[in-house]
Amino acid sequence: MIGFILRRLLQAIPTLLAVVTVSFFLIRLAPGGPFDLERPLAPAAMAQLRKTYGFDQPLGMQFVHYLGALARGDFGPSFSFRDVSVGELLARGLPVSMTIGGLALVLALGLGLGLGVGAALRPAGLLDRMVGLGAGLGLAVPTFVVAPLLQIVFGLGLRWLPLGGWESGAPSHLVLPVLTLALPQAAILARLTRVSLRETLSLPHIRTQRAMGLPAHRIVRHALRAGLLPVTAILGSTAASLLTGSVVVETLFGLPGLGRYFVDGALNRDYTLVMGTVVLVAVFVVVLNLVADVLCALLDPRLRLSP
Amino acid sequence: MRRIARSLARNRPALLALGLLVAIVLTCCIGPALTGHAPERIYPDLVRIAPGLAPHPRPETVVPALEGLAFRMRASVSDVIVRDGHVRFVLTAPAPIDARVLTYLPRSDLFGPAQILAREAEGRRLVVTAPVLARTFLLGTDGLGRDLLTRTLVAGRVSLVIGLVATGVALAIGLTYGAVAGYAGGRIDAAMMRLVDVLYALPFVFFVIMLLVFFEAGLGLILVAIGAVEWLDMARMVRAQTLSLRQRDFIRAAEALGLSSATILARHIVPNTLGPVVVAATLLVPKVILLESFLSFLGLGVQEPETSWGALIAEGARALESAPWMLAAPAAFLVATLLSLNILGDALGQALDPRRDSR
Repeated sequence: MIGFILRRLLQAIPTLLAVVTVSFFLIRLAPGGPFDLERPLAPAAMAQLRKTYGFDQPLGMQFVHYLGALARGDFGPSFSFRDVSVGELLARGLPVSMTIGGLALVLALGLGLGLGVGAALRPAGLLDRMVGLGAGLGLAVPTFVVAPLLQIVFGLGLRWLPLGGWESGAPSHLVLPVLTLALPQAAILARLTRVSLRETLSLPHIRTQRAMGLPAHRIVRHALRAGLLPVTAILGSTAASLLTGSVVVETLFGLPGLGRYFVDGALNRDYTLVMGTVVLVAVFVVVLNLVADVLCALLDPRLRLSP
Repeated sequence: MRRIARSLARNRPALLALGLLVAIVLTCCIGPALTGHAPERIYPDLVRIAPGLAPHPRPETVVPALEGLAFRMRASVSDVIVRDGHVRFVLTAPAPIDARVLTYLPRSDLFGPAQILAREAEGRRLVVTAPVLARTFLLGTDGLGRDLLTRTLVAGRVSLVIGLVATGVALAIGLTYGAVAGYAGGRIDAAMMRLVDVLYALPFVFFVIMLLVFFEAGLGLILVAIGAVEWLDMARMVRAQTLSLRQRDFIRAAEALGLSSATILARHIVPNTLGPVVVAATLLVPKVILLESFLSFLGLGVQEPETSWGALIAEGARALESAPWMLAAPAAFLVATLLSLNILGDALGQALDPRRDSR
């Protein structure tokens, strides 16, 4: 098992390297720069600025320098936020995104697994049909429609909850963003759980257990282990979607999280801020995929052997 | 083929979805010509009209509109009578009124060309009549005064075309890549799939956003960006299919006959993977449309004056309080399309599932 984890960790290195390399050169090759203002700077000032930030060196050298700094955990200075390093900005944004994303993950898992299992246990029952319908809708209604709808109903109509803002994580400000983020993922999870568990329940070994007269809850427990495997396998990408989904949610609800920093940074040509957010998100995605893989391997011993 | 058709015909939700989809595609193709409004036509005096069948301007808005126009003519309006689609009113001013100011009326989107019925008090008092135009906006108008139905339908064309073309791009890349990797096997296969694994773990939405922010956003770039993201699943699936096909006798026979690898791939492997590929492609179209809407929603996708459902939804979300229908119309079309495509894809998948017959 430890060997398996180590192997997976080693495989993560080229992925992360690819992220850094592709995003670095993509950003640098794009037209426009962080110092392009509406009124052009004096050439001398421009040269000085470029020198301060190391832009006068060849691109390859800049890349090596950036990699070196990154390896030391230094994301560099931000171009658009004065006197703040990207590391500090990320440290500000991360807790916001983590809170929203984490709560949304818990909610999505609870809703998705609960409804999915319930639906699979009684095929063609009322709950099954409701879940089928709800999951279909959940997949088809995008986040950026759900969010305004929730804002209309709970913010403008009923006036129960604030329309947006962070207010250092006050619970009432968290409800709508978390709900928006969790619902589509809950739909995906419910659908997958329902299909996979129903398939598992029709397998021969479950039939044998039924024939042996095992109580229903024991049978379900057996079936869950195999039935939840596909669900576990997509957990990594679910978590990644929660991270990327945060771009929309943070924009719509005015939350100062990573997604906002990323979009603002990209619009302002803030090279280091964009790089920083992308690298951080990539690390998260890789780690979460790793965790999902490990969980899968715990559930299914056959997976531990394959590379 | 007939088995699939029969299975689909028995599946009532799938038939409904297919009907809905055909209806949406047809309305988006033909509809804009039938609404009576050009998508870019701005009616400055008819901004944020609520949806409805009633013609605009409404009778109760005629008087304020006339007063506004009279102010620009430096005259005051009185004795307004609206009857039989015409308005009759009296203009008075301290100085004689130049008849040319009456061109303000037809310019306003609300009235037709005016006629002077009588000239009194040395031209300081005019009795004027003008036809009141009747325009209907089934789904209302947007913040600039454009017909929302027309715009939603035109946006639908863009969204649907992007969905189809980007799916085609992803299909072409994924099919070729997967088939080549699966057929080549061994080290080449391992290396090619390793690359897919690496790409799979990337936060791709972030890359697409970067691509669109840093390079000029345009239709071509969106297609490339989305196609480049979505081919991975397709490649994996086709490779798995190819791996099992490679062992089959007819492929061995083709090899024994000395056919080239390219021919075997094109004539024997790819056609045999098409069933699952069609299912995956059907399910990919809504994903692509969703991704495009997401990008357009962020303002990175389709740019004005072109529009797509995502862009319209973004406008609607901004005007949420004053004009909620601006969100409802494009959102309803988008959701209906995505829903029917998903249902259809699932039904196709079930119809093609060989295990289904045994159950």
